Parts: sequence; C-alpha cells; structure tokens
Amino acid sequence: MRILTCVKRVPAPGARINLTEDQRAIDARHLSFTVSPHEECAVEEGIRLREANGGTVTVLTLGPAESDEQLRYAISVGADTAELILTDGEEWDPQSTANALASRIKDLEAEGQAFDLILFGNESADAGGYQVGIRVAHLLGRPIITGIKGLQVEQQTVVARREVESGFEVYRLPLPAVVAVKEGINLPRYPTLPGRLKAKKAEVANLGPAVGIGGGLQMRMLRTPKEQQTVTTVLGRGADAAPAVVDLLAELGLLR
Amino acid sequence: MSRVMVFVGDQPGEIESQAITLGHSLGSVEAVVLGDVTIAGLNRVWSVQHPLLSDYAPEAIAEALAQLVGREMPAAVIAAGTERGNEVMAHLGALLDLPLASNIVSVDASDDDWELTRVRWGGSLLEEATLSAFVKLLTVAPHSQPAFAGSGDPEVTIFTPEIDDSLARTRVTERVTVEAGISLTTAPVVVSGGRGVGSAEGFATLEQLANLLGGAVGCSRVVTNNGWRSHRDQVGQTGTRIAPSLYIACGISGAIQHWVGMMAAKKVLAINTDPDAPMVTKADYAVIGDLHEILPAIVDEVKRRKGLE
Ligand SMILES: Cc1cc2nc3c(=O)[nH]c(=O)nc-3n(C[C@H](O)[C@H](O)[C@H](O)COP(=O)(O)OP(=O)(O)OC[C@H]3O[C@@H](n4cnc5c(N)ncnc54)[C@H](O)[C@@H]3O)c2cc1C
Ligand SMILES: Nc1ncnc2c1ncn2[C@@H]1O[C@H](COP(=O)(O)O)[C@@H](O)[C@H]1O
Repeated sequence: MRILTCVKRVPAPGARINLTEDQRAIDARHLSFTVSPHEECAVEEGIRLREANGGTVTVLTLGPAESDEQLRYAISVGADTAELILTDGEEWDPQSTANALASRIKDLEAEGQAFDLILFGNESADAGGYQVGIRVAHLLGRPIITGIKGLQVEQQTVVARREVESGFEVYRLPLPAVVAVKEGINLPRYPTLPGRLKAKKAEVANLGPAVGIGGGLQMRMLRTPKEQQTVTTVLGRGADAAPAVVDLLAELGLLR
Repeated sequence: MSRVMVFVGDQPGEIESQAITLGHSLGSVEAVVLGDVTIAGLNRVWSVQHPLLSDYAPEAIAEALAQLVGREMPAAVIAAGTERGNEVMAHLGALLDLPLASNIVSVDASDDDWELTRVRWGGSLLEEATLSAFVKLLTVAPHSQPAFAGSGDPEVTIFTPEIDDSLARTRVTERVTVEAGISLTTAPVVVSGGRGVGSAEGFATLEQLANLLGGAVGCSRVVTNNGWRSHRDQVGQTGTRIAPSLYIACGISGAIQHWVGMMAAKKVLAINTDPDAPMVTKADYAVIGDLHEILPAIVDEVKRRKGLE
C-alpha cells in the first residue's frame, strides 16, 4: 500500500496562550512545537497499515522551514519519506493550503503510483477549519470520510468507523480514498533510538509551493477570550476536607 | 433583505436551532431539511427528498445543497458547527470552490466582505477574519448563540436534486449500538482524573464516587495516552466537550487544551497536591493534597451521609 499522511506544525501552549505584539500569532518563544494529536494518530495508523500490508508511508506538510522537525518526528516513529512545501511562515488559508497539498500530491503520484490511502487529522490543532482534507479529496476526485476512530483495509475497500453517542457508524469507501482520523483510533508509539538516528539522517524533500495564497478567508487578528476571574474557595487540605466536600455536594443537590 | 439558507439536516436539535438564530441576524432564514422535517417560525423550509439521502451521506447532501444554492443564489449558507455540519459544509465549499469559515461566534455583514470572529484552538483563542465570497459559507460554534424559538407553520417546498449513484460511496452502511452507562456529555457530575491518578487501577475510587453521585468518569489526555482509560472518556480539545453541574478534577493540571473541554461546567472542584496548578487557581473550589487520601475519605463520607454504612 502507498500511504500519505498530512500534518501541520503548531505550537503547544500550556495553561495560557500569549500572543505576539502584532496579535497575528501565538508567542511561541518559550514553547515547543507539535502536530495535532489527531495527526499523530494519522501517522501511526499509516505505519500500522504498512506493517500489515507492506508498502510505504510518506508524510507531507506545508509550513515554515522549522516544520522539518515534525516531519523528522514522523520518520523517527516509522514513516519512510517526508516532503515539505516551504512557506515564508505566515499561515495559509484552508483553500490555498488544500490547493498546494493537492498539487504536490499530484506531482508525487506522477513520479510513481497513486497513493492508495491519504490520511489527514480531523482538524488542525490551531486553525481548526475542519476542511483541508475534504478539499484535497475533491481536488483529487476521491472519496473522503472524516471523524474516523477505526480503520480496516479489506482488498480494495477501506472500512471506517465513526463514533456517535449510541455506538458507531460504519462507512465503506473504495480505494484510492482519503480518511480524516481522530485521536483514539490508536495509541501512537514513541520514537525508538534507531528511529531517531534514521530521522536525523533522512533527506527531507523541500520545495516551494507550486500555487500561491489567495483564498477568500483571511485572518486579520487573534485575541484571547475574556477570562472569568474566579475566586477559589479552598475547602481544606488532605482527607480532613472530606466533610466540607460532601457539604458542597449536598448544597449542589448531588446527594440524592 | 438577503436570503440566508440554514442547513439543519434530518434531526434538528438545540445546536442547529442556534445556527438559525445567527441566520436571523443576517437576513431572512430558509431552512434546508432532509425529508419531512419542519421548523416552526420560519417563512420557508426546503425539504430535500432523494432516496440516496435516506441515511447520512455527506457528499450526496453537499451535492444537493450545491444544486439548490446554484438555483436560488442565497447570500449565505449556514450550518451548525457539529461534526456533520462542518463536514457537509466543507464538501459544499469544495464543490463550489468557495471559502468556508467554520465555528464562528459573530458576524458583521454590513459590507460586501463580512467581518467575523471564529474560534481557534478548540475555543481557547478567537480569530478576527474577513470573508469575501459570492455566497458566504459559515458554520456556527456550538453554544455561541441562544436557541431559536418561533411559532407558525412555514411554507414547505420540496426540492428533488439529481444525485449520481457514485456519490453514495460515502454513506453510512451500518450502525452498531454499544451499550454505555451514564454518558459523559449528559452526566450532571463528572469525576475526572489526570496523571496524578497514577494508574488504571487508581481510577477505581473515581468510579466509586461517580457511581454514588450518578455521574460519569472523565480523564485527561495523559491518561488515554498511557492506556489507563479509553479515549471515549477524554475531556478536552481533541476529546469530548462537556458542561456538567460539577466537574471534579483529580490530579489534572489544567492545560488549556483540557480546560476548553470542561470550561462550560457550572462549578469546578480541583483536587491537587499543587496549590498553584492552573486547574486549582481557575477552579471554584479546591482541596489541596494527595487524591489517593482525599477521594477515599470523600467516598466514605458520602456513603455515611447516604446511610449506606
Ligand atoms: C493540540 C493539543 C490538543 C490536546 N488535547 C487535549 C485534550 O483533549 N485533553 C487533555 O486532557 N489534554 C489535551 N492535550 C494535552 C494537554 O496539553 C496536557 O498535556 C494534558 O492535559 C495534561 O494532563 P494532566 O493534567 O493529566 O497531566 P499533568 O499536566 O502532568 O498534571 C498532573 C497534575 O496532577 C497533580 N498531581 C500529581 N500527583 C498527584 C496526587 N497524588 N494527588 C493530587 N494531585 C496530583 C500535579 O500537581 C499536576 O497538577 C492536548 C495537547 C495539544 C498540544
Ligand atoms: N499546512 C498544512 N500542511 C499539511 N497538512 C495540513 C496543513 N493544514 C492542515 N492540514 C491537514 O488537514 C487537516 C485538517 O485541517 P483544518 O482544515 O485546518 O482543520 C489537518 O489535521 C492536517 O492533517
């Protein structure tokens, strides 16, 4: 199976988000970077499918040069090759991102074979547009299903499960297909030492975008929502606080 | 007045009704429903009828919407920012090559280009953006608007799209029901554990307390990553969002990605060894100390008061 997974580099904020002075980005000077947990699972799912069926896993991202770090992480856990579509650092809107990703995917497929399966995260951690994967699927003329927490490949069909309140829904898509997955579909592995060494030495194909920015949704500014000021009532320390806690439960009508 | 279509699907609920409220602030609302659903208080309802739409099929639904939009040319199409709402609207945006602004909380439509505010990072950040498009596509962040309530029967127009069988490739083919206890999303109280719980077995006391209170057990991402609980229990940006009357956070530090999942709780009680943990400083109530000593004491006290011991 030829598998491709798309990931996006994002900062990992802690308890509070601080913005840059121009309010157009998160102040990431003291932060580490990551990808959405959904995308970590998309990488892992691709690797598991390759382990079961043979083939290759390619990871693809559009972002600044530093996105190299996220691609190498994917190689350290088992991806075979990595591709970076280099931007100048400004975030691209979903339409432009999808156009650039689809255009690179078409180039990669023209060099080799088509990807049987393209995996996305359900939504990016930062922008959360819920759409880049769907747009790419349309540009490639392939079926897509999102929100997937279970995946099986049976010959030329991918069987996908989506969690709903009462249980789950099952979808069957013909390959080649696109699937956007959610955290919980698997437990991603950690990098191994040989994996880290391989990632260090790996070559990351690094090309500028073939198509430019210009979608109809333009971000102007970020702001943090007003935070409610709460006064914390300390009910006590250690086990001695139990009666005060239970008084509170009673007061809230939860002791019936 | 501009015409605004609100896609509500086949099961309009609270969140869909909030999308209608936003639609009303932008123009005259026409709901688009699947099958014989009707919505009181609107002038017009488009009832989309097609055999391929008898069960959820996002691609086919978007194709039907694209045909209706092409014929009627509304100023905007809106849906609820639910899993299905976002999915159908992204298909529609892709089909029409139009931008989609997802999970918006407010819109200023006084110019040709609309100025809007949407949520990022699962709700911990707001983005001001400009949307320029011939037909504006939006989804509405859940609980950012009040629900719509109206009376009077709308005029119902049946719309029969032409849908190619091939679009049934993305369609629900089977449903599996899983028996579940009290659901995380509807439980009045959620007893939730983080890294501080230390092990899968450590959750036994949280289960006990949840059972005594008729609540559910939740957890942080560290817990699901360690395999201590199923991801179904995870609260937060990439887990479930909940709004219980009381959220009891045991050994959870309060990272922003966890906080956005439970910030709608009416009251928060934090149990933590660290008095400076963000969960403690943002909570309404706190107990400082080791949860392994505190939780059993609470369980015993609840049992005693309930006369179970
Ligand atoms: C894009 C993205 C999405 C994410 N989505 C989610 C999400 O959906 N949900 C989520 O939870 N996280 C999410 N995270 C992870 C999040 O950033 C935190 O890493 C995580 O929430 C921390 O879990 P924790 O509080 O259990 O662990 P920690 O941060 O390690 O906190 C443990 C706490 O337990 C306390 N403690 C330790 N021992 C005891 C004891 N014996 N008694 C009492 N207290 C004790 C400590 O003082 C500490 O405050 C996401 C991260 C990213 C980057
Ligand atoms: N810049 C990017 N580079 C690669 N993949 C991306 C990028 N942005 C989004 N994606 C993928 O598209 C998914 C959905 O993103 P979004 O539409 O922003 O919520 C993400 O989980 C990624 O898998």
